[in-house]
Order: sequence, then C-alpha cells, then structure tokens
Amino acid sequence: MSENLEPLKPKDLGINDVEFYEVEQTPAVGFFGSMKGFWVTFSTMFKKPLTVEYPEVKAPTAERFHGRHQLNRHPDGLEKCIGCELCAWACPADAIYVEGETNTEENRMSPGERYGKVYQINYLRCVFCGLCIEACPTRALTMTNEYELADDTRAKLIFEKQDLLAPLRQGMLMPPHPMYPDMTDTNYYNGDVKQSHPSQEGN
Amino acid sequence: MTTEVVDMITVVIDGFEVTVPKGTLVIRAAEQLGIQIPRFCDHPLLDPVGACRQCLVDIEINGRAFPKPQASCTIPVETGMIVKTQLTSTVAEKAQRGVMELLLVNHPLDCPVCDKGGECPLQNQAMSTGEGSSRFEGVKRTFEKPINISSQVLLDRERCVLCARCTRFSEQIASDPFITLNERGALQQVGIYENKPFESYFSGNTVQICPVGALTGAAYRFRARPFDLVSTPSACEHCASGCDMRTDVRRGKTLRRLAGDDASVNEEWNCDKGRWAFKYVTAVDRLKVPQIRNSEGILEEASWPEALAAAEAGLKATKSAVLVGGRTTYEDAYGYSKFARVVLGTNDIDFRSRLSSDEEREFLAARVVGSSTTYRDIDKADQVLLVGFEPEEESPIVFLRINKQFRKRALKVVSIGSKESIAVDKLKAEFVKVAPGQEAAAIAAQSLTSKSVILVGERAAESAGALTAVAALADSSGAKLAWIPRRAGERGALEAGAIGNVLPGGRPVTDAAARVDIAALWNTDSLPTEIGRSTSQIIEAVNSGSIGGLVVGGVDPLDGDNSQATLAALDKAFVVSLEIAPSAVTERANVVLPVAAITEKSGSFLNWEGRARSFDAAVSDSLNRSDLRILSMIAQEMGISLNLGTVTAAIKEIASIGKWDGARVSFNKVNASTQPALNADQALITSWRRLLDLGTLQKGEENLAGTARQTVAVISPKRAEAIGVVDGDQLKISTTQGSVTLSALVENIHDDAVWAPRNSRGSQLLVNLGVAHGAVVTVVKA
Repeated sequence: MSENLEPLKPKDLGINDVEFYEVEQTPAVGFFGSMKGFWVTFSTMFKKPLTVEYPEVKAPTAERFHGRHQLNRHPDGLEKCIGCELCAWACPADAIYVEGETNTEENRMSPGERYGKVYQINYLRCVFCGLCIEACPTRALTMTNEYELADDTRAKLIFEKQDLLAPLRQGMLMPPHPMYPDMTDTNYYNGDVKQSHPSQEGN
Repeated sequence: MTTEVVDMITVVIDGFEVTVPKGTLVIRAAEQLGIQIPRFCDHPLLDPVGACRQCLVDIEINGRAFPKPQASCTIPVETGMIVKTQLTSTVAEKAQRGVMELLLVNHPLDCPVCDKGGECPLQNQAMSTGEGSSRFEGVKRTFEKPINISSQVLLDRERCVLCARCTRFSEQIASDPFITLNERGALQQVGIYENKPFESYFSGNTVQICPVGALTGAAYRFRARPFDLVSTPSACEHCASGCDMRTDVRRGKTLRRLAGDDASVNEEWNCDKGRWAFKYVTAVDRLKVPQIRNSEGILEEASWPEALAAAEAGLKATKSAVLVGGRTTYEDAYGYSKFARVVLGTNDIDFRSRLSSDEEREFLAARVVGSSTTYRDIDKADQVLLVGFEPEEESPIVFLRINKQFRKRALKVVSIGSKESIAVDKLKAEFVKVAPGQEAAAIAAQSLTSKSVILVGERAAESAGALTAVAALADSSGAKLAWIPRRAGERGALEAGAIGNVLPGGRPVTDAAARVDIAALWNTDSLPTEIGRSTSQIIEAVNSGSIGGLVVGGVDPLDGDNSQATLAALDKAFVVSLEIAPSAVTERANVVLPVAAITEKSGSFLNWEGRARSFDAAVSDSLNRSDLRILSMIAQEMGISLNLGTVTAAIKEIASIGKWDGARVSFNKVNASTQPALNADQALITSWRRLLDLGTLQKGEENLAGTARQTVAVISPKRAEAIGVVDGDQLKISTTQGSVTLSALVENIHDDAVWAPRNSRGSQLLVNLGVAHGAVVTVVKA
C-alpha cells in the first residue's frame, strides 16, 4: 500500500475523461441567513394538512394502484384462469404457484381444455410489480386497489384460489357448470358471452 | 475392435472449414461447428425426410450454386461444397422466415394451454427465426382437439407441423406402424387406423420427439411447466435393459420420466413402462413408519428403536435366511449379501423370486458372473439366437437394438420357443417351434459362429437342460452368450453374491481362498462354507422347521412356482420385511420396515450387460432410508457392524473387491426331461409376462394399462379343430389347483402347447393354476 493516504480526486481517476467541478457552498451569513430554514417550517403552519387519520379514514388510492390480486370470471361465472402458469413464470419473486387440471364435462371450471386447480399467491414474497398481470393471456389475473394485507401468521399470507377469486355478480353461476350453448372458448375470449344461460344451471 | 476406414470430406460452412465423414448430412456438419440450423423433422436416429423445410440453406458445389435454398437435413456433404446458413446468407434467412410463417399459418395460438409450452422447438424457433407478426388474416384450419389415439397418447391435430417424426419412429424404430399421415394439403393429419389404436410399447417416444405439442401424454397433461421441474438423471428400474432416464420432480412428486440419451444402451428411446409407470412411488398406501406384530397378531406402528429391537430379538432366536427380490439396486443387494453371511452366518440367500432351478444357479455362477456381452455385440452379430426370451415383452430396448440391425442389414434372428410372438413376426425371425420343456434338443441343433450372440432369458431356467444346452452351444461355436433377466436388479444381485453358491464377484463359496478374500474385506473371521439353499429350498426348510426366520426384501410371494407353500412359510417364520408398500409379505411379517423407493435413494443397477447404471436421488428431501442403511441398523442392533451406512460406503467397498481369477463354480450338466404323454384334452402350458401387466410397479397406472395387449389363450389350429374352438370362443385351462377361462386365439403355436399371459388381468397363471411352463394342463371349450 502506498504511503499517500490522500483520497483520490475524481480527476485522478480519469473515468472517461469526464470533467468534474467543485461547487462552492456559501455559508449562511448573518441573522436572517440562519433564520432562512425556519421560514419553511413556519410557512407550512398555514397550509392544509395532508395527514389522514388512518385507519378511521381511508383515502382512495390512485386508480392504478397495485393492490391484492383478483382472479376474474367470465360473465356466466366460469373462471377465466386456464392454469397456464405464465404468471408464475413471469413472477420475479417466485410468489405464485399454479397447478393446472383438465376440464371435463362433469367438472368444468373454465371454458376450453384447462383450468387452474391450485392457485396460490404468497404475499410475503409478492413485490406488486404487476408482471403477472401483463403475462396473463386471458385477463384472468388483475390487481385490485386493496392494500390492507397485513396479518399475524405467515400461513395466512399465502392466498389460495378461493381468497383470490372475484365474487359472483349478477347473471353469474357458480362453477362447475357447462359452457354457454353453442359457444366456444374463442367466443368467451372475444366477449360474446354476456351472461349465463338457463341450460347452464343445475349442475 | 477393428477401426473402420472412413472417407473424410472437407466443406465450408459460413466461412469455416469442417472435415466430416462422407455421407454426413449438411445439418450435422454444421452442428459440429456449433452452427444451429433450425429444424423440426430432422432427428439423428430417423431417416431423413425433408418434410418441414425449416432447415433451408444456400449451397454451392465447386462454384455452381443451387438455384434455390436446399433442405440441409437431406443433403449429404460433398467435396467442394460451400454452405451458407441463415447466419451468412440473406436468401437462406428469408427462406427460413417464410417457411416459419407458413408453418404458423394454421398453428393455433394456444401455447398457454399447451403442455409443450416452455420447451417447445416451435416456440423457440419462431422466436429465433420467425417474424414477429403474421400477415395471415384468414380463418385458421381447425380440428377437434384433442383425440385419444391410445389411452395414454393424445393427438391435437391443429398443432401438428407434419414433420412425420412420430410416424417415422413408429415405422423405422418400433416397427409398429400404427400411425400414419392421412389426407393431403391443409387437411393432412396424423391418424390411426380405424380399428387399431396406437397400442405400441414404444408410443411414449413419439410424445418425446414431437417438436410441437401435437402429441402429449395423458398422464402428464397440464401437470407442470418446465421451470417447475427439477430434473435428475436416473436409471430405469423396470427391466434389465438399463435405460438412461431423466426424472422430473415437482415438489417431491415425480411428474414424468423421459428417455435419456445414451448411445451405447438405449440410444434416445425407452419403453412405455419405463416412461409412465412411476405412481407406485407416491401411492397413498406407501409404508412410512415401522410396524411390529403385537401379541394379538395385529400389526402396530412402532418407533424405529422398537422395531429394530424386535427384529434383533426375532432373528437372534433362530436360524434365518434372506429372500431378496430382483428389484434391489446393486448396492442394496450387496448389503443383503453381506448381511446374510456376516450377521446371519449363512449362505441361505437367493434373489430369484420367480421360477428358478439349481441348474440356473450353477449356470449363473459359472457362465454369467463377470461376463460382458453388450449391445455392441448385437450390432456386430451375424446371427442372434433367442432362448426362453421374448425381447419385446421382457427387455424392450434389446428388441429395439435387434430390430435396428434387422432393418439395417437383415440380421438373422432365430427364436426357440413354443409360441410365435409379435416380435418374432416383426423381426422375420426363424421360429423353431418346440413343445414346452423340450427346448434343449432344439438348442443343440443350432449352428452358430463365433460372431453370433445367444440371448438367453430367465425363462430358460424353467426348462430342464436348456441352459446346459446353451452353455454347450456357446462352447462349441464360440458364440457370445448373454443372460437377460426380466428384472433390473438381478444381474447386480448376482454380481453382489445375493445367491447361495457365490460370494461377491463370482467367488465360489466352496473355495477357501475366495472365502478368505472376502472375509478379510468384511473384517470377519470366517464365512459359512456350505452352499446355501435356493428360494424354493428355503421355503421348504421353513415349512419343515429347519429355518425359523426370514429377512425378506421386495419379494412378491405369488411370483414363485409354489405360492401356497411360500405363503405358509411366511406365516410360520419370523419375518422381517423391508418394503415400500403393503404386500402379501408385510401382511404376514412380524416386523415391517419401510424403505426408500427408487426415486428417493441413490445407487445403481447392473443391466444385462453388467454395465453400471447409476443414479442419484430424484427426491432429495425424502426421509426414507435405503435397504442398505436399514440392514446396517439391524446389524448394529445385533452387535455386528456392517460398515455400510451409506450408498457411497457400499460403492467404495464394492470397488475394492477386485476381480476373481480363481476357479469358478463348476456347471453340472442337466439332462432334458422327456415330454409327458398327453390326452386329447391335455396340453403343456407355456407363458411369459407381458410388458404391461399386473406387475406391482405398474399399480395405479390406468392410462398405461389401457394399452396392454389383450388377454387371450393361444392354441394351434389343429387343437382348435379338435376341440371345436374358433377365435373368440371361451377356453378353459385348468389344473388341480384351479382354472382360468380366456378368449381363444388360434395362432402359430406348437400343437402340444397352450399359451396364456403369466400375470395379466384375468390370467395370473401362478396363482390360478400354480404352473406356468411345461406342465400338463387340461384345455377344454368353456
């Protein structure tokens, strides 16, 4: 080690021959000079406070805030998720676990051949980056604005499929049930199915 | 080995020179330079076909260029050839893009639901050599998806790129041309014959080589994505072919197995049993904790120390023997072998839990231990003689290898047996028809040369004098001799000395020098000197009271010729059973110790060549222990150290044994028995186990069982006429023990014989009849 313990100046490093300049800082001079900082503090006393009394008051999030995920349904209640695992593949935090299964006539959860039998998101790992949403080929996975995800055990923070599925809305039937008559999975993706059909009931 | 003189040719590919043997295809020469030309139909083990046109390149020979890009998978290299691939030629690059665009015109965009997604050559090459978008705006051609072309293979015709890999495999490798390309143009599609499902023993390979998701396996359907799977190289435990395999595990559960790539053994293929029979490992009834039979005779769960203490107490109190099935690894078999000699002080150990004979035991010790006939010998043979061996059913990769040589150079195959099989038919083999039990004379009548190979199966032991005749024939002709057992562990067990007449490495137990050798290694004063009992003798000794204890590992008592006596012996003796799942043995055992299944432990098998097929644990976090470890624990409990705590320790110890150059066990000749006289309604039974049957390791594999061959009883036309039976009539085969009633099939079989599958649904001969080969049975129309 050299005797010279002086730190190297940027210029000595010669990084890409970039010119470095030292900015001179003028010290606060005089009484008003040292009071300058207090003025900023004082002026805020006359502004409207931004504090929200959470949890009594909950301010709405930004419209596209990345909150808890949701697994959506087609308008007749069938699940949009096809268990393709592309979300799990896209996930940089390895937070998603999916297992696919075959749809049968007796047990149909989604249009087409395949549905997601197991769907788990581990919110201890999730970084809410939204890459899973981009990867989803059927718009089955989207994000809600819900952010209150704290809990007291690790197990509770692994959300299962039933925790993530969207609730049934007007006109939806709880799967398993058959597909809309004379509609293919392509029709479903194109949005041709608007609501459930009476023949889909009673399964 | 003679070195073959090969003409070498130098070509220039993308500006680089490469020298390859004459006849090499351009696409392979490019591979040697590390230049990858995209392809779908090309497969190194199938004949070139040029079906997909994806591998187009620019070729110029001696200054004369081809007017259009050429398919590099069909053109062999020539002197003066200059090849420009997509990397240096814009014409080739544009041509490849064009082909890709056309291939994708009718390909559905269903990658998210397709099992191939993530490991799909079409997906990958569409990214590397395709256009980002399609100009096609029409309606894609659709087909009904998916259709079952067998109970285990699904075909999605929309995804097919018509590369003909599957049809070429079925025709050229398996000789099962059950699928073909139908129709023309956009409607061209892979199809099966109307009344013939795709029931080939090798159909799984078509799923593996399909470059798109057109052929998928029913068992793996929608199970996982490649990134979920932890892949471990492994070896197949189902037969003695010794296939290299890959086991894919997701969260501790095997989801699929694929054929590995070992050019000297299985090339890139395997059979459907090896590929699709693995659920037994994760079966719900797997044994997990030790059990002890209490004073009321009921099995109760116990802790390991309790169970080991119970085993110790029981084994110490009496004279014991070891029965180890043919399914253990080489290392485990070695553990049993050492345990019998060192801890139990006996040579009463036998790995043959099947029909066997003393003639066979001497034959194995004298002729098979240490022998090294290989697949390469089949490749070079001038003739292959099959004795008591049905290659397609009992060692499918041996069949593929013989078939390859048959197709390549019309290899002569001679099969000695009573019933002509499908494989004999496919190989156009010379079929020497003999009455069951009369094989010896036919063997002696064969003329072979020193370049011939004799493949003798485990069933040769069922015919007195057959092995004697085989040995004599090998001696007189100089032909190579190989013994091909059906089970994966038998050759290893033989080499490990898990049999009464030899110690590890083929050392005769009667040879003092051999005993000193092994005693020194095992750090023990002396080893038992008497030749041990065989399986049937052990059973007899238990029933007569001279043996009181049995250590049983992986044995099905119903596989032997006298299953009633075996069950009685298991009831009578103090039995310590090392098993993976409840069986007829554990039901009768006093102490049941759960062991690791094949995916949960490391080890090796010796295949029929004697080649080690080692593997690591595919499921790394299993708590189950190997047989070896448990035997060490019992030994420890009994105050003797086996020094075989781990598989690594066993491998080291086995490696230090060394070769035996002393005298081998002498092989006493056995005379053939004379054929018993038969009444009009009597016949001699003959049978073999089919590849897909009621085997323990195929438990729970419904899809696989769906392609099993039909259970039939086969009789000759003469007998059919005599008893008035036509194809499809019910036929009753009976002995004093019982009977089976099966649908009749009139085929080429010896007039004195009747054939039925040995262990298939509705026909478990050893249980139903108590006999399986050469015995007199009554055959009548039911």
